[in-house]
Amino acid sequence: MAILTIKNLIIAHVGPVNLELKSGEIVCLSGASGSGKSLMLRAIADIIPATGTFSLGEMKSSSVMAPVWRRQVSLLPAESQWWFDTVGEHFNQPDLELMHALSFEKDCLEWEVSRCSTGEKQRLALLRVLTNKPKCLLLDEPTGSLDPDNTLKVEALLKRLAKQQQIPLLWVSHSHEQIKRVADRHFVMRDGKLVTYE
Amino acid sequence: MNSVIPLSAMDLSIAASLLVLLGGLTWWLRLGISQRLFVAGLRTVVQLLLLGLVLKYLFESSHPALIMLIAFVMVAVAGREVMARQHRPFKGSWGYGLGTFSMFISSFTITIFSLAFIVSPEPWYLPQYSIPLLGMMLGNTMTGVALTMDSLTTSAWQQRAVIEQRLMLGEDWRTAIRDISRQSLRTGMIPILNAMAAAGIISIPGMMTGQLLSGSSPFEAAKYQILIMFMISAGTGFAAVMSSWFGAKRLFDDRQRLRLERLSVPKG
Repeated sequence: MAILTIKNLIIAHVGPVNLELKSGEIVCLSGASGSGKSLMLRAIADIIPATGTFSLGEMKSSSVMAPVWRRQVSLLPAESQWWFDTVGEHFNQPDLELMHALSFEKDCLEWEVSRCSTGEKQRLALLRVLTNKPKCLLLDEPTGSLDPDNTLKVEALLKRLAKQQQIPLLWVSHSHEQIKRVADRHFVMRDGKLVTYE
Repeated sequence: MNSVIPLSAMDLSIAASLLVLLGGLTWWLRLGISQRLFVAGLRTVVQLLLLGLVLKYLFESSHPALIMLIAFVMVAVAGREVMARQHRPFKGSWGYGLGTFSMFISSFTITIFSLAFIVSPEPWYLPQYSIPLLGMMLGNTMTGVALTMDSLTTSAWQQRAVIEQRLMLGEDWRTAIRDISRQSLRTGMIPILNAMAAAGIISIPGMMTGQLLSGSSPFEAAKYQILIMFMISAGTGFAAVMSSWFGAKRLFDDRQRLRLERLSVPKG
């Protein structure tokens, strides 16, 4: 549906970064820890101040209220946070179809967050961000704590969403196998610059 | 009713000898606070005698400008105390300004309101009424604001990941910090709620004690204490709400990003 454009992004030691993600395109980003990948995602989601202009289709991030931008250009952080006791309280309108795609049943909404495993929380966090129906996703190691089986399920779901709903995905991953499976393009963050992976 | 029995220097010396006795005991127990006890005792004597002197002069002159000056000095000092009691106050002038401003607005409004419409001395700013009322207001508002601000900033710091996660999901800053603001307000108001609940059964409040000692009728003293309790509860509550609101707002910028670097880093 829309193109994510990043122009002259500069934050701390990162940048300037210029990047364009086409509708439905999956762009993977790898690089050493501390190279600034997460920082870049946080800047694009407008969670931290940075210079540069970001736009999704015609919409510039600076021309809309920050919550509007963040609901459309949504960041899934590497470590999810939960603040209510039960899972369901964090959801506005749970989507049954998405739940099943991530092998959850409806009863997962009644689970206590404190009893969920790290992997369950990671998949639930993905479910939570997807129920906002974002138009672009910034994914920070979305399968970082998942077993191989669930990793494949998450990859399949995200690929399907990208292609069917034409959502651009900017996907940070450390696994080269995963990047091979999902990426249309692959960049490496090196010395604060994006380098095309050869 | 009779006037108060005057205390001689001898009377105070006898009371001081109790403190000396306590000092000897703490020295013998090696508590390492004997010197602090001595200094604190000395400060009490000097500060209260000075206050007595200033108030004596103030009550005799009753000049509005002088009363204003004293009132502002009181707020200024209370503001410093509010900042000192926070673990991570805001950096720069916000650290001092935020608490002081909330206290100033709330305590001045309520004190002036009570003087003008409830107690109605002649003139309304009569220092015998206005200064002690304002002092009691500030003493309690100070605690309320300090607790509120400290709870707000400390919780925001500890729960920064949660706040940011909520922002990422598209919540506005008010929603993202709501639970923390509410908790900070509860923390700030609990001491005064407890004081109201305990008043008269567990404790005889300081002002009422003073009035009883000076020979007022117990019933008059009780009525004054009720007035004061309501005043300071309202004052503390309004100041806490104000400081929590401004504080929460200051934690975010115009793009609704959490800006914890606006808080100072605790020393040590």
